[in-house]
Amino acid sequence: MYNKGTIIPGLIIFVLILTSPIWYNGLKAGDLPKPEAPMGVGKQCVLPVQEMRDTHMQLLNQWRDEVLRDDDRSTVVVNGKTYRKGLQMACMQCHTDKEKFCDTCHEYASVKPYCWDCHLTPKQAVSKKETH
Amino acid sequence: MKYAFSFLAVITLIVIAGLGSQVQGMQYLFGVALPYLAILVFAGGFIYRVVQWAKSPVPFSIQTTCGQAASLDFIKQSRLECPNTTAEVVARMILEIFTFRSLFRNTKSEIHDGPKITYESSKWLWVFSLMFHYSFLLIILRHMRLFLNPAPFWMDWIEFGDGIFQFGAPNVYITDATILIGLVYLFGRRITNRHVRYISLINDFFPLVLIFGIAVTGILMRYFLRTDIDIVTIKRLAVGLVTFSPVIGTKIGAIFYIHLFLVSTLLVYFPFSKLMHLGGVFLSPTRNMKNDCRAVRHINPWNDPEIKPHSYAGYEDDFREFMVEAGIPVDKELPAEKG
Repeated sequence: MYNKGTIIPGLIIFVLILTSPIWYNGLKAGDLPKPEAPMGVGKQCVLPVQEMRDTHMQLLNQWRDEVLRDDDRSTVVVNGKTYRKGLQMACMQCHTDKEKFCDTCHEYASVKPYCWDCHLTPKQAVSKKETH
Repeated sequence: MKYAFSFLAVITLIVIAGLGSQVQGMQYLFGVALPYLAILVFAGGFIYRVVQWAKSPVPFSIQTTCGQAASLDFIKQSRLECPNTTAEVVARMILEIFTFRSLFRNTKSEIHDGPKITYESSKWLWVFSLMFHYSFLLIILRHMRLFLNPAPFWMDWIEFGDGIFQFGAPNVYITDATILIGLVYLFGRRITNRHVRYISLINDFFPLVLIFGIAVTGILMRYFLRTDIDIVTIKRLAVGLVTFSPVIGTKIGAIFYIHLFLVSTLLVYFPFSKLMHLGGVFLSPTRNMKNDCRAVRHINPWNDPEIKPHSYAGYEDDFREFMVEAGIPVDKELPAEKG
């Protein structure tokens, strides 16, 4: 083999880059996120749990567009229970703690939704009230 | 029909994964066994190819010179185009790898009435190649959020930059669009440009279609076919794969297995195809050699050390008698004959 001095370090760099996730994680898969169960109201949501896990972001996006852009503030009725369209008005009524509910999975999956650019988290809402 | 066959091959792969992953128990084949096998073949094949290249001697100093070589002091050297020091070669290689300067030189030849042939600069290949390659790089880096737990700090920067348009949910990435645009151009070029079409083979079309399939299935999975696509389950599997404890928690949609199977195919195909230009670009003698062949003798590695250099003076010593006899002029006359 020619040019061993550059080929071998080059291949070592290649293998290190390729295996970097192994060294980064250090063979520890880490804990799975455990979002806090909603307060009080039982297990029912606007969609079944699995569907909420898969598509809640699309539902929220759709609600946002309907309410803010089309002025369609109609309510959603699921199994006799009426929900208003809204993050603070609907979701956060049961899932009261953003940090213990939303953030657990979002941090695990490194997702940064921009909901909170405009919305107040329940904690922020409380502190705002106190200052006024 | 070479391109039609590529589509057929990719569609076959999609059907295999789409149906196969729905069979009970086959999820571990498509989600765990095949990805492991693919990454092993990729790493092994990649190293094998590089070692094979490194074993091939470079008989001549064959750097491509595209400018004035180092010469007399008052002649300005084109240092990037005709490097004669290691630093200049490194600079040339870095620019080649990051900005594709070779493609920037791409020309288009046309025959006009006359007949007259013209050569015209054509930058489109360069533009779309850059677009494709950088999109692919960003997409691979973005995917690291599924393999690294916790996700590293730079993931936020990529997410922010790539999703800066901030529309749709999940957030639409710019690179999802640009990789498809790049691929469509690279494919269209091979179809519409007569010269390129003539020299294109199935192994030029197949990787383009395969990567196109990977991009499309990824986009479908992220934005459209979200049924049973729970990112936590998927990250659990991905992190499990790189920590050697893979778990398929809940059911994952078929589109995920199709995406993963196409990626596995790409990894297996990679070392044995033109895609090895990822490693090959570093080993191109035309780019990584110094143009110093007038200052330093390039020794052909396959020279037989038993064969010693033979100078003209030595040659004349061997054959002087015959040369004089044949009337060929000689540097050194025959010794005067006794007598």
